Amino acid sequence: MEHQSLIFRIFIHTMALLVAVVILAPLAWLFIMSVSSSVDLSAKPLHWWPETLDFSRYSLLFSQSDNSAGAAFMSSLGNSIKVASMATIAALVVGVPAGWAASRNPQLGWTLGGVIGTYMLPPVALSVPLYLILAKFGLLNNVFGLALVYLSILAPFVTWLLKAGFDPIPRDLEDAASIDGARLDQMLRIVILPLALPVIATALIFAFLLAWDEFFYALLFTSNQNAKTLTVAIADLAGGRVSDYGLIATAGVIAALPPVAVGILMQRALISGLTNGGVKG
Amino acid sequence: MSTERLPLRVWLLMLPLLIVMLTVIGWPLIDTIRLSFSDARLVGTGGHFVGLHNFTKMLSNSYFHSAFFTTLKFSLWSVTLELVIGVLVALLLNQKFHGRTLLRALLILPWALPTVVNATLWRLIYNPEYGALNAALTQLGFLDSYRSWLGEPGTALTALIVADVWKNFPLVALIALAALQAIPNDIRAAAISDGANVWRRFRHVTLPYLLGPLMVALVLRTIEAFKVFDLIWIMTRGGPANSTRSLSILVYQEAFAFQRAGSGASLALMITLMITVLAVAYLFIMRRLAGEGR
Repeated sequence: MEHQSLIFRIFIHTMALLVAVVILAPLAWLFIMSVSSSVDLSAKPLHWWPETLDFSRYSLLFSQSDNSAGAAFMSSLGNSIKVASMATIAALVVGVPAGWAASRNPQLGWTLGGVIGTYMLPPVALSVPLYLILAKFGLLNNVFGLALVYLSILAPFVTWLLKAGFDPIPRDLEDAASIDGARLDQMLRIVILPLALPVIATALIFAFLLAWDEFFYALLFTSNQNAKTLTVAIADLAGGRVSDYGLIATAGVIAALPPVAVGILMQRALISGLTNGGVKG
Repeated sequence: MSTERLPLRVWLLMLPLLIVMLTVIGWPLIDTIRLSFSDARLVGTGGHFVGLHNFTKMLSNSYFHSAFFTTLKFSLWSVTLELVIGVLVALLLNQKFHGRTLLRALLILPWALPTVVNATLWRLIYNPEYGALNAALTQLGFLDSYRSWLGEPGTALTALIVADVWKNFPLVALIALAALQAIPNDIRAAAISDGANVWRRFRHVTLPYLLGPLMVALVLRTIEAFKVFDLIWIMTRGGPANSTRSLSILVYQEAFAFQRAGSGASLALMITLMITVLAVAYLFIMRRLAGEGR
């Protein structure tokens, strides 16, 4: 590498520090708000650091007593998990065979075009008919109905991800297995699945998080604790007359934990995924 | 190859996906088109065919014009800032310094944060009475009295753009960094030994490698920004005085708040057309770039 002057090195380190602060400050503040007393949060001048760490809001939100903020929060947490799990499993059920077929048959390349097309579609383009369909079948404000709607996002996403993941698995293996007289199910179980499993697991995690983060359809199609998801519950808190800002921050921290944990743990896979997607174009 | 007929087994593997796509995407899209030519309400009657009435009404509507320009302004500023900051941060991360790996890991955080949480976080930061931005600016002496950042038409859209840029510049930075690291060292070394200055090196060595991946980032971010709903809904609901009402917010109000399914559908269709135009234009540019370059 070229020789770096001292001034240049100081400049680089200063800029790196600045970027780190810009990224971390809002996140740190979200966490600090969640553990500061409401007195600290409404003080002027503002207390940037709480007198004592106050974790009571976390236990409040995870409490099950009737009609409390906790009960509403817990039911929305449960709904988010239910909807995201159902939609993810359904997306994998349709996505694994389709992704495999598209990966082994280049003639199916047009499916990729279809997938990119649906990614571009704004959700508003489907929202009115989806509402009418759900209303017709009594599936409004229902976790199954919302999971069905989420398939419109997850199914193409998962298929595309799986196809890209299946592509590098060599075809020779299948040919060898079929020459050896393996049945299709044996071939799947013994030869393909062990190799495809990491790809499927990755698709599962990202599909779940995509559903976990979804807000627009959940806002439109759910109205109370029967089906309201975490994102809608947080929006309610943020837009409502909650006087304790720390409680809103706490709900935000909890909702952010799964995707942020996955982001940190799967850093390497994420970055290489971006590289491939970005460079291949 | 492409004329070869696919065995039935392959179609059977595709069938479940095709059924799902037709049910939850294909049919609703067709129904949106049908509704857009009708005066259907969200609840109650099916509505009558009204021809192009919804479209002509919408196109001459000042609400539509202002929502269009708000969306355009939001998208242009957000995406431009995300690209510029993203590339600068990528160039920084391409240098050697202590903590480089850590900084790259930090970039994942805003990107992994759910949009709803991001919007909520920034809404709290901008809070007119207790927000951190007011507190910080006052304590540093930049501000005499607390302001309502999201409550004033002059600052609300800017505040939204800042929140969007903070969450999304890391994605651009990671894509650009990956592209930078693909530049072979000997090309860079050759340019240096030829005596090319910093700008010429950026222009002739770095930029050609960045352009393709950046176009991809540009497409993805522009389409996302043009669809913006969650961020605005949570932070301002389109206010104050409709100054942050995007096209998607307008559809929501038209179709769901006012229950005018027909005109809501026509508006949704127009947004879809605009996004299609954007996407096709980008694809065209990318083809051109791929044809010319490397």
